[in-house]
Amino acid sequence: MAVDAGVQQGAGRLDVWAIGAIILIGAYLTLWGASHATDSRFAIQMWTALVAFIAGAIALFGVLGRGPTADQSSRYENGVVKAGVVASMFWGIAGFLVGVVIAAQLAFPNLLYFEDWGWTNFGRLRPLHTSAVIFAFGGNVLIATSFYVVQRTCRARLAGGLWPWFVFWGYQLFIVLAGTGYLLGITEGREYAEPPWYTDLGLTLVWVVYLLVFLGTIWKRQEKHIYVANWFYLAFIVTIAMLHIVNNLAVPVSLGGWFSYSLFSGVQDALTQWWYGHNAVGFFLTAGFLGIMYYFIPKQADRPVYSYRLSIIHFWALIFLYIWAGPHHLHYTALPQWAQTLGMTFSIMLWMPSWGGMINGLMTLSGAWDKLRTDPVLRMLVVSVAFYGMSTFEGPVMSIRAVNSLSHYTDWTIGHVHSGALGWVGFVSFGALYCLVPWLWKRKTLFSNALVEWHFWISTIGIVLYITSMWVAGIMQGLMWRAYNEFGFLEYSFVETVEAMHPYYIIRALGGALFLIGALIMAYNLWRTATARDPAHVRATDIPAQAVAAE
Amino acid sequence: MTYEQAAHFAQTGGLVLLAACFGLATIYALWPGNKQKFNNAARSPLENGDDNG
Repeated sequence: MAVDAGVQQGAGRLDVWAIGAIILIGAYLTLWGASHATDSRFAIQMWTALVAFIAGAIALFGVLGRGPTADQSSRYENGVVKAGVVASMFWGIAGFLVGVVIAAQLAFPNLLYFEDWGWTNFGRLRPLHTSAVIFAFGGNVLIATSFYVVQRTCRARLAGGLWPWFVFWGYQLFIVLAGTGYLLGITEGREYAEPPWYTDLGLTLVWVVYLLVFLGTIWKRQEKHIYVANWFYLAFIVTIAMLHIVNNLAVPVSLGGWFSYSLFSGVQDALTQWWYGHNAVGFFLTAGFLGIMYYFIPKQADRPVYSYRLSIIHFWALIFLYIWAGPHHLHYTALPQWAQTLGMTFSIMLWMPSWGGMINGLMTLSGAWDKLRTDPVLRMLVVSVAFYGMSTFEGPVMSIRAVNSLSHYTDWTIGHVHSGALGWVGFVSFGALYCLVPWLWKRKTLFSNALVEWHFWISTIGIVLYITSMWVAGIMQGLMWRAYNEFGFLEYSFVETVEAMHPYYIIRALGGALFLIGALIMAYNLWRTATARDPAHVRATDIPAQAVAAE
Repeated sequence: MTYEQAAHFAQTGGLVLLAACFGLATIYALWPGNKQKFNNAARSPLENGDDNG
């Protein structure tokens, strides 16, 4: 043990110096950028990053003072996972709040609209919402859970000493620069890839380190077999690296400005964007969260996954099929018809792995269904899988060209996305966070199971309001757009369709507000769990995690 | 390589290659000899999930 700690200490020093060098280079580059800025918005971004690098350097000196591997209380690295849990909850609430604001803006367009001051206009807040919920909330959940799961299933401490912390803080800096950039009016205008070129470069570095930390941990595993959840996490990390780099290939106009031109143009650019965009759904919002499903549902139910063989087939089928589905976003465009059909066909084939995975997750409870009545956390996880099945049924239907002619550009798409985002990604993340906080902060139970019940029901009602209003609104909108009168003219003007949407937009905003309230209840519950002083809640000694799950 | 050549390969050799890879993965998953290994793997997160060893 002493030798082990000594080795880690030595290795730790090396990463401290390497990270220090990265911080120095980053600080130099941002200072250069700030002094050569061609516009004030770019200068603000550079100063923001410089402040972050200085804060990072100060924190690093603190680490040098006390030694990077001071926390040897556990055989696992828990600190960075705890930080990820806190960051997930923080960004989740921020992202949901902005979502409610922009939903209200669609219903009441004058809300927070300022003609001369664009910071809070819909066009800037909308990417703030999507990036905050997908990348800030979802990304932090994935980083935190992947770091937790890979250590437990490999029975090995996280590799790389201080590097996991570099991943964590580097990712937060990416989020802050991207988010403040949107408010300033900086955007590449690429769906789910709006951050400008310099943040893309920074994220690439962070992501490669993330991959190396994950691979390094798998490399030194004590288990012969790599548990299936890690395959899903690895697919998520590798594929996102590939998608991010290709989709963001761009040439900046000047090194002192934020604006850049994509390397692609025309229909090639459109296809690249939706190859990226749909696989962000497939590998960020699906594969990574399936990793959560395959670890946390068996753990919380205290039962092995229903069929391990099915999980392997689920994995490979998903990998082979998802990557081709992107062109279904470009039906009836300049994209060649064969490519559209290819996207549609692979989307329909995705029914098989999606439902195979859903069945695998749900049937894990086979013989233990009664736990759904007593364990609201498990219920949240299981309902998330049900939403996964529902939205992955709906998606292929909408990818059929004839259906798409009705659904495309309407709010039906928004409803579909949110049944996946709120129901699947949101609930599976909430379930994982509810599991993680007692495990990490060594508590016997959550502060209150009743509050989890409240969260569950309020959020579920919110999701139902959201997706049903968007179904009705979207189909109505699509039918109004295509309606002709007896003389062959369009029956409705565009503004008439907008007016007809008004009540549904209000219902949607209400549904979003309920979802936000649920998340606030959750944050309070987790806070009270982590800070509990009541000895009844605090575990005196560390007991195996599965004993907690079984309670 | 022209567009036609790339498209031709994708529609023939590429298709066969990917289908064969997926076939191999399926055979691996269903191979009777792997049953015990997968049963153990499925149980592994539940066993000795020691938080603090």
